[in-house]
Amino acid sequence: MTKAKNIDKLGFWERNKRSGGYLLRKKIIEIGVSVCRFILLFGMCFLILQPILNKISVSFMTEQDLYNPIVTNIPEHFTTANYKMASDVMSYPTALVNSIIISLTIAVLQIAVCTLVGYGFARFKFPLKKMWFACVILVILIPPQTIVSSLYLHFRFFDILGILNLITGQTINLRGSKLPYYLMSATCMGLKNGLYIYMIRQFFRNIPEDMEEAAYVDGCGMLRTFLRIMLPQSKPILSSCFLFAFVWQWTDGFYSKMFLGTTPLVSTSLARIVDSLGAYIQRISGIKTTISVAYSNCILSTGTLMIILPLIIIYLFAQRAFVESISATGIKM
Amino acid sequence: MKKQKNKLAGLQKRKAIAGYCFISPFIIGFLAFMVKPLFQSLHMSFSEVSLGSGNFSLALNGIENFKYAFRVDPEYTRLLVEELGRMVVYSLAIIVFSFFVALILNQKFKGRALVRAIFFLPVILSSGVILGLETNNQLMATLAAQIEDSTGGVSITAALEEILRTSGVGVRAFEKVFEVIDNIYDVAIASGIQIIIFLSGLQTISSSMYEAADIEGCTKWESLWKITFPMISSMFLVNWIYTVVDFCMRSDNAVIEKIQSVMIDQMQYGRASAMSWVYFVVILAFIGISSYLISKEVYYYD
Repeated sequence: MTKAKNIDKLGFWERNKRSGGYLLRKKIIEIGVSVCRFILLFGMCFLILQPILNKISVSFMTEQDLYNPIVTNIPEHFTTANYKMASDVMSYPTALVNSIIISLTIAVLQIAVCTLVGYGFARFKFPLKKMWFACVILVILIPPQTIVSSLYLHFRFFDILGILNLITGQTINLRGSKLPYYLMSATCMGLKNGLYIYMIRQFFRNIPEDMEEAAYVDGCGMLRTFLRIMLPQSKPILSSCFLFAFVWQWTDGFYSKMFLGTTPLVSTSLARIVDSLGAYIQRISGIKTTISVAYSNCILSTGTLMIILPLIIIYLFAQRAFVESISATGIKM
Repeated sequence: MKKQKNKLAGLQKRKAIAGYCFISPFIIGFLAFMVKPLFQSLHMSFSEVSLGSGNFSLALNGIENFKYAFRVDPEYTRLLVEELGRMVVYSLAIIVFSFFVALILNQKFKGRALVRAIFFLPVILSSGVILGLETNNQLMATLAAQIEDSTGGVSITAALEEILRTSGVGVRAFEKVFEVIDNIYDVAIASGIQIIIFLSGLQTISSSMYEAADIEGCTKWESLWKITFPMISSMFLVNWIYTVVDFCMRSDNAVIEKIQSVMIDQMQYGRASAMSWVYFVVILAFIGISSYLISKEVYYYD
């Protein structure tokens, strides 16, 4: 004890001398490693952030600045006209409201159903369980593009087991309505739902079963046990799965184009922004004009920024939920 | 005694029924929106699809669509082979990159949470439509080139490439590596989730193992190969499958773009189905074989 105290009191060089140069060597290596680490990480973080920073600087430039080779990062003629233009072209306010409503409802629906299914897989023993779980894995693996052509026709000539055809002699055309996508979400077939089922199942499997067994012994039903005991415990995973569902639905182009094509959403209107820009300018000025590549790309960057802005805000507040959810599930094969 | 056994069977039965109730949404969805369309698209891939008003009809025509995909269509075979090659190279690069970053992030230093947040950012921001739009934004490309020029024109990677090229050892393999390095941005933005999975794996390894190895005279390099690798080898399997699947479903994938253009622009449902089935089977076979090979190497601690 006293010896340890004595060593603490000694100066660095004295201690180094006593250890035969080992301490100095270790210190130098430590500093070297942290310098290298800083340079590497700084470079990689810059790599990831640079496109966003560039977009921000471009979005404030006038068209004149875009062609000026001297102006690269800081705009000479500061303007917010690009934002107004992008907002007009995308009909941003309507698209934003639509996107919020659809992403919220879809995410809530998907996560509610996926929680039920995930809990079912985690806690109950039933025949063919392995087979059904293999099906979940299959859902993760099958690219939606494989079945898209027949889904397209499926909803074009929608029919419930041929009943409608018998009664009215016709099928319903569900193309362009939102119903198909809600139906698919309610039955776990939406965007990346297999992944959510997998994550939620993993989380439930890690919770000890004691509490539930106690509840069963006290005469609590299965559904009530689930609602009263398991749900409150699973808040972290549910909130982060919800955030994932919301964000991925927000930026999704594939399902939105397939099923929600007629509803203006931020993701689909961003995908079309360059084409709509031409039409918009033509409508306003009345003459057919070609838009320069630089300007259309500038509007595209501005539009992209406007779309990811809500996501960045969400991420700033819920960063922990996003990142730690994946660790929380303790993924193992 | 007998009565008790009956009761137990009753409870198990009730649990089984409850289990089926819980997963019933999935079963319905799987049968209605996955199995049925899957078989239908398989059927379509072997037939000629003609759209009429109010209905569509299928006429079987054997393997005509597959013949078309492989022999008539000028692009499909080339795109498929290219895309598979790219997938192998990029998936390997993503695994290596994310493992490396996870190793760095597993150390203790200031601002670790911030760096971790930045690496995870692309999962949120570069998903869906944004990914496709980013690749063909020429303005951004020219801006990046300008910044590169303004740094004085000294590029370490270019110099290294030059040296390695002139030395002429394994040129073909180096070309692939150079390609990946030049597109390191694509690799970095695709490895957010993999980094987190590796990190969570690294954190489960108890530090006493490293200490014991250290005392026995094991260097850091040796303990990386003898402790870290075996302990997180199962994470490699998870990450490999996730990366391959993620790569195949990206919206800027050339094969998928091709399939969509055949289906939506040319209205050739039969041909599009045949193409997507070929793609799906190839990928499934690839995932199956590669994960079988990896899983033989995986070491399970418990």
